Amino acid sequence: MTEMNLYLTIILSPLLASTIVGLFGFALGKKISHSLTILGVLISTIGSYCLLNKVLNGGLTYDGPLYTWLTVGSQSYSVGILVDSLTATMLTIVTSVSLMVHIYTIGYMEHEEGYERFFSYISLFTFMMIMLVMANNFIQLFFGWEGVGLVSYLLIGFYFQRESATFANLKAFLVNRIGDLGFLLGIGLVLAYFGTLNYAEVFAKLHEISGVTFLNTGWNAITVICLLLFVGAMGKSAQFPLHVWLPDSMEGPTPISALIHAATMVTAGIFMVARLSPMYNMSETALSFIAIIGAINALFLGLLGLIQNDIKRVVAYSTLSQLGYMAVALGCGAYSVGIFHLMTHAFFKALLFLAAGSVIVAMHHEQDMRKMGGLWKYMPITYVVTIIGNLALAGVPPFAGFFSKDMILDAASNAHEHHMFGSSFVVFCVYAAVFVTACYSFRQLFMTFHGKERFREVHHDDHGHDSHDDHGGHGHSEPKESPWVITLPLVLLAIPSVIIGWLAFDKFVPGEFFSGAIYNAQFFAEEIIKDPITPIAMMAHSLHQPPVYLALAGIIAAFIAHKSPAFVAVIKTIFKPVIFVMERKYFMDDLFINILAPIGRGLGKILWSIGDILLIDGLIVNGSARVIAVFAKIFRRAQTGYVNSAATYMVLGVLILLTFCTGLILH
Amino acid sequence: MDVTSVLFYVFSAILLISGLRVITAKNPVHAALFLVLAFINASCLWMMLGAEFLALTLILVYVGAVMVLFLFVVMMLDVDLEAIRKGFWINFPLALVLGVVVLIEMLLVVLRNPLITTAVNADPATNISNSNKLGWVLYTQYSYPVELASMVLLLGLVVAVALTLRKSEKAAKYQNINKQVATDSKTRFTMVKMDSEVEDKGDAQ
Amino acid sequence: MIGMTHYLVLSAILFALSVMGIFLNRKNIIVVLMSIELMLLAVNFNFITFSSFLHNVAGQIFVFFTLTVAAAEAAIGLAILIILFRNLRSINVQDMDQLKG
Repeated sequence: MTEMNLYLTIILSPLLASTIVGLFGFALGKKISHSLTILGVLISTIGSYCLLNKVLNGGLTYDGPLYTWLTVGSQSYSVGILVDSLTATMLTIVTSVSLMVHIYTIGYMEHEEGYERFFSYISLFTFMMIMLVMANNFIQLFFGWEGVGLVSYLLIGFYFQRESATFANLKAFLVNRIGDLGFLLGIGLVLAYFGTLNYAEVFAKLHEISGVTFLNTGWNAITVICLLLFVGAMGKSAQFPLHVWLPDSMEGPTPISALIHAATMVTAGIFMVARLSPMYNMSETALSFIAIIGAINALFLGLLGLIQNDIKRVVAYSTLSQLGYMAVALGCGAYSVGIFHLMTHAFFKALLFLAAGSVIVAMHHEQDMRKMGGLWKYMPITYVVTIIGNLALAGVPPFAGFFSKDMILDAASNAHEHHMFGSSFVVFCVYAAVFVTACYSFRQLFMTFHGKERFREVHHDDHGHDSHDDHGGHGHSEPKESPWVITLPLVLLAIPSVIIGWLAFDKFVPGEFFSGAIYNAQFFAEEIIKDPITPIAMMAHSLHQPPVYLALAGIIAAFIAHKSPAFVAVIKTIFKPVIFVMERKYFMDDLFINILAPIGRGLGKILWSIGDILLIDGLIVNGSARVIAVFAKIFRRAQTGYVNSAATYMVLGVLILLTFCTGLILH
Repeated sequence: MDVTSVLFYVFSAILLISGLRVITAKNPVHAALFLVLAFINASCLWMMLGAEFLALTLILVYVGAVMVLFLFVVMMLDVDLEAIRKGFWINFPLALVLGVVVLIEMLLVVLRNPLITTAVNADPATNISNSNKLGWVLYTQYSYPVELASMVLLLGLVVAVALTLRKSEKAAKYQNINKQVATDSKTRFTMVKMDSEVEDKGDAQ
Repeated sequence: MIGMTHYLVLSAILFALSVMGIFLNRKNIIVVLMSIELMLLAVNFNFITFSSFLHNVAGQIFVFFTLTVAAAEAAIGLAILIILFRNLRSINVQDMDQLKG
């Protein structure tokens, strides 16, 4: 098939499936709904693999408009398609993970209400994400951006009868909105300075605009644009301080935590920065900012993962931490490494989420890890894939996470050598976070799968907790392995978690694959070209470096904590104040709920009572009416209703006319 | 001084005097009768000008119909003469000034300029009577206005009947527009202070 | 000789008289109506004069229609006066202020 047909198929098949199931799901029934949507995403997945093949082997690129959507004066905004290696990579990731999640959902949501609605939403999400990555201009990017935000809102609040769910989805949407404000401002500035929103045209003009300062503030215009666009990425990719929505988003069902909040939506910000790498390369300030924010994410939010008791929250904070790593990579100018980590992370994080979901299903929707334990006997497949996922996450060679994470650490050290502002802080954070990552991920593993079978200790009144007694009888006491629809995606995701780092390493790191799509910063690219490296050499090299040992130390620490509660108690007493701050999530939630939100509401109230009611309603709308009424009252006095006054006016009028005409005639 | 001039001056004198009496008569009946006299004299003058048809039409239509109608109405209405006469002499100077001004302006126009005495599009000189001439023109060139005029007369007939017809014994209701327009929110609207009531919420579903 | 000017002066005086009449008798509606008839007469006079001296019959046609309309107007005006009187019991103009704004 021709390329254009291929692109259109990839884009449109999930949309078509989503629309049909969305509109007619109630009539089609469960089987047809899930079959249709899985078919739609399967077609997209196969399409994106074909595309990847063509890009890898044939060097296919495409940048062109589909149709012009809007023309304003001389500006025209079009819907277009951009295909290059970055697009192909992202498409593959998005569609593969989406397909796995679709299949998984059959098992996970089997007994839930709104089954068809869920499938429609995740297909819609896939469409929006595809539009985002295939965009060739800012407006289409923004369309996909908002679209994924919308579907995220819909899905977090999927159990909309629960108040915590509606609170969480509103929180996600509003925090995203704050980011979107910055994003829109950035897009506006791009339009103002470059006169166009098409990527290719913007990049062509970069050198012209590089010296321009923003208004009269002395800030470089491109720096301001990059910072504003990154604010949008902060909202979407949950960077500090706009990260508060991600832990709450665990209110949604686990499949979407895997799809949206691990693999795809949160990576949209990272993708955006990578896509705009030529622009970001021109602003060192922006790059430093990104790296610092990423470092904060990596370490401090990773630390919060140590004290969580909900199995999904651990993985959520882990996602936040890994997103920080990706941002650090971007900030250090190593965009391709950031995308590399994005890819490996997508696979193992989705795997971890889905595995957690498998455990939750087996435990009858019990999510507290303190009520689990010793499950490895009953759920072997889930146990094995969780180990694989956690090893990849901790960065143990030769799993996928090791390669990407180590490259990030290298990029950070490299930036430090080049004296990037804040790079020492960044280096410290990312190295420390390696220890923390290993620690919390294995803590989760040990608490869930090893040790005492604490779920047997639950009292009978806890039965009231869940209303989903699906496996009949007292399934509560005997967890068993989940059905094949759940475990198959787990296995299929575990495979890339092991091998993809190895396989894709030489594509991503030297950067040849991405030439023309991503431009790594000068100081990073030079380093890589100077020192070409193979996977084996990398693994050998790593044994001489701290990270592997930090990871192992983290695993050992988790093991000790698991085996000896006394050790844990000691740690708790020593770090009591720190733990207090951490339990309040560094007071970020309090900041938002008690300080920033009331300010917003108060501002709104003031604007409403003064601006709207007093000024607009009172002065302008009602005021103009009142002015007219006042004048009317004055003029009404001429309408006496007496015939004689009318006769008088008539006669006087005749006299005036007569005088006028006489004057005319006489002259 | 030939007969025509004498006749002209006599007729016009009586016309003007009766016109004056119309506007200054105390009794409306007198005024109406003087108006009749004015019309008759005007008709004579028109006959002297050669417009016989119209002169006679004036008598027939105006004096015979319109003025009779006027007299009917005047005699039917029970008018309080004193009340309406009040203020007559107060306004007299101003009215006189007004009238004189109007007159002087018109005379200025009429007497100053040499008036056109030859018509631009005069009728061909034929020896047919005035009525004959009028008839020719009315029913050919001006037939459309004749139709319209008939509509106007029909309208007058219908309106006169429709307005004065008494439908039933009881009088119809009339609106007092003055009172309607002069309303205020205070007469239509009262604010009542009530405590807010709190319902028992029960089980929120 | 009696020329056009004489007739025109005559109609001018008549017109001025009727304007005075309206102004003087503002309170008495009937006299107002009669003054209006006088005004119409003055105007018709003008038309006839010009028609006669300029040998154009169009002036008389116009008078024709003026007469028609004046007759209709008088009829309707008097009908209105009658029902006004029926409701107000007076023809004093001061009492007719229903249309006061």
